[in-house]
Amino acid sequence: MILKGSVYKTGENINTDVIMPGRWCHLTDDKELAKHCMEDLDIDFHKKIKVGDIIVADDNFGCGSSREVAPLSIKAVGISAVVAKSFARIFYRNAINIGLPIFESPECADATEAGDRLEIDMFGGKIKNITKGKDFAFAPFPPFMKTIIDKGGLKGWVLEKLGKA
Amino acid sequence: MGKTLAEKILGGHVGHDVSAGEIVIANVDLCLFQDGTGPLAVRQIEKLGVKKLANPDRVVFFLDHSAPSSRKEISNDHMFLREFAKKTGARVSEVGKGICHVVINEQYVNPGEILIGADSHTCTGGALGCFATGMGSTDVAIGMAFGKSWFRVPETFKVYVTGKFPLGVFPKDLILHLIGLIGADGATYKSLEFCGPTIEAMDMASRFTLSNMAVEAGAKVGLIESDQTTRRYLESRGRGDKWIPLKADADAAYERVIEIDVSKLTPVISYPHTVDNTHTIDEAAGIKINQVFLGTCTNSRIEDWEVVARMVKGKKIAPDIRFVAVPGSLDVMKEAMDKGYYQTLVEFGAIMVAPGCGPCVGIHAGVPGDGEVCLTTQNRNFQGRMGNPDASIYLGSPAVIAASAIEGVIADPRKYSKELKMVGKTQIVDTESLKAMAHSAQKSVEKLAVDTAAVIGPKAREASDTMERISRKAAAEYGPKIRKAAEDFEKNLGRLAADVSRSVKAALKSRSKKTPASKPAAKKTANKTAAKPGGKTVKKTVVKAAKKKAAKKKSTTKRSGKR
Repeated sequence: MILKGSVYKTGENINTDVIMPGRWCHLTDDKELAKHCMEDLDIDFHKKIKVGDIIVADDNFGCGSSREVAPLSIKAVGISAVVAKSFARIFYRNAINIGLPIFESPECADATEAGDRLEIDMFGGKIKNITKGKDFAFAPFPPFMKTIIDKGGLKGWVLEKLGKA
Repeated sequence: MGKTLAEKILGGHVGHDVSAGEIVIANVDLCLFQDGTGPLAVRQIEKLGVKKLANPDRVVFFLDHSAPSSRKEISNDHMFLREFAKKTGARVSEVGKGICHVVINEQYVNPGEILIGADSHTCTGGALGCFATGMGSTDVAIGMAFGKSWFRVPETFKVYVTGKFPLGVFPKDLILHLIGLIGADGATYKSLEFCGPTIEAMDMASRFTLSNMAVEAGAKVGLIESDQTTRRYLESRGRGDKWIPLKADADAAYERVIEIDVSKLTPVISYPHTVDNTHTIDEAAGIKINQVFLGTCTNSRIEDWEVVARMVKGKKIAPDIRFVAVPGSLDVMKEAMDKGYYQTLVEFGAIMVAPGCGPCVGIHAGVPGDGEVCLTTQNRNFQGRMGNPDASIYLGSPAVIAASAIEGVIADPRKYSKELKMVGKTQIVDTESLKAMAHSAQKSVEKLAVDTAAVIGPKAREASDTMERISRKAAAEYGPKIRKAAEDFEKNLGRLAADVSRSVKAALKSRSKKTPASKPAAKKTANKTAAKPGGKTVKKTVVKAAKKKAAKKKSTTKRSGKR
């Protein structure tokens, strides 16, 4: 599967409080979640993002609170993938559970600038920066996680285990 | 090769030895949700068609993040969770009962267990030797439904702590220092194992503060061995039977060992907007603040309240400062009331909020204004964390916030050594308090005396009247009898006296007859004469004769004696 989009660049320690502030955690509607995504960092975030765009971040993306609405809101706003130098543990699990593609690639994060065009080959293990003409590898998923990703997230995996899929 | 605490607990749940890096599916003993993450979890398992929970007694929904609710949508979420719990038999910890991570450790968590919670600070339970870790709503929902979850066995950082805390330096300073040292992602995916003599000597409240903030370094769990302190804590909470000893093996494999000597620490402050942005109190002292906050799953226990109460007692909050105080649980609040800390803080000028998360999550109860500075005992200072991205959040220990509330700027608590020395002491020995206590005791005794008199007085009077009546009656009844008895006695006594006198006379008579042995006839005659009138004369004569005889005998003795 190939993901394509323009880059929205952020820094390190992007925590789930800035991704989805506590005051909006009760929201359930995708459109509403999208409207408030990243608003404490960039009030116009949801206006700037076009469907398919990719967030490229520094270390420790998604640290802090366990709120699952954080990756849900990123997905709701139209982001197709997040590439970071590293992810916080709970966010990593949550993203995979809800089916938000995430990739660890410090090299890509260092070399990529805002607005660059990226192309990610999810199963080929490659990220291509079309603008810069550079290719990067990303850390492969552990086999167990790949099984969950293949089933579209934890729910899909559980459903299959239960024989309901 | 020996095992770390994380390897031991996870291995114990899968029935065979496990090592760091392995992925295991293990039974979970306890599931935690709060009002922010619970509704999504419930919707997820409803979508899966799950109607029965694996172990509903061990699933707890805490209504704490917005409690009492700040908006109708959250009130509806509370209703939704109550309804679900009612249907499935899960537990609800109601509005006002306290913070999930404080209450669950007071009431549910046991050593050797696995707790998964839809809240990142679930790791607080590591202090009780429980593999307690935060996850998202979907993960914990699956755990609640099927009683299992998957875990990657984490590598472990051993944090070996030595030394005695200097006065005014606390476990909060230690954990902020550690996070500053290794960074906000310094322990991502890892287990932190706190050990060493300083940890062994720590009370449970201090241990909770350390484990609570493990996640702020990215860690999955913050574990502490289960020892006698753990046992005593569980006993005090009525779960002594749940205690098991738990210790890492001496030859366990650690990815990294970090040694910290707390005797060299000074109070630590985390500057906005990351927890690892740590500074010393010397650098931070003097920063103007608008609000201080005592509370959260990091520092809202009775021990934290005591430090603050000791420091602010009898003082007044600095002008233009707001002090928000939120007990971690209803039990903490009641104890703070019993011990007088609650009143002390109210008198100092604190604003009391019901037990719960308070302003930490940025929903209610103290959202700072634009450009304002909040100094707080919480665990996060992220931009916008308290509800306003244009405010600044500084983190510190309860002692730091107390000193700062007194002075109106970030201040060094170490100068309050007199107050800090009182922490942990049961007796209040400052003279003002003693005077007040003596005065109040005197008042109590006086009141007691008056009350007693009011109750006893009439009864005593009645008793005295009765006594008088009885004695008067007795006098009337027995008086004449006693008088007669006395007269009879007197009469009898007179008769007796007369008898005695007669006997004496008779005895004397018989003696005087026998005394003049040479002239018995004459004496007999004289005696006979005496029986007739004129007997007195005779008697005198007899006596005189006897006296003469005696005098003669006496003079003879004298003479012979001189010789």
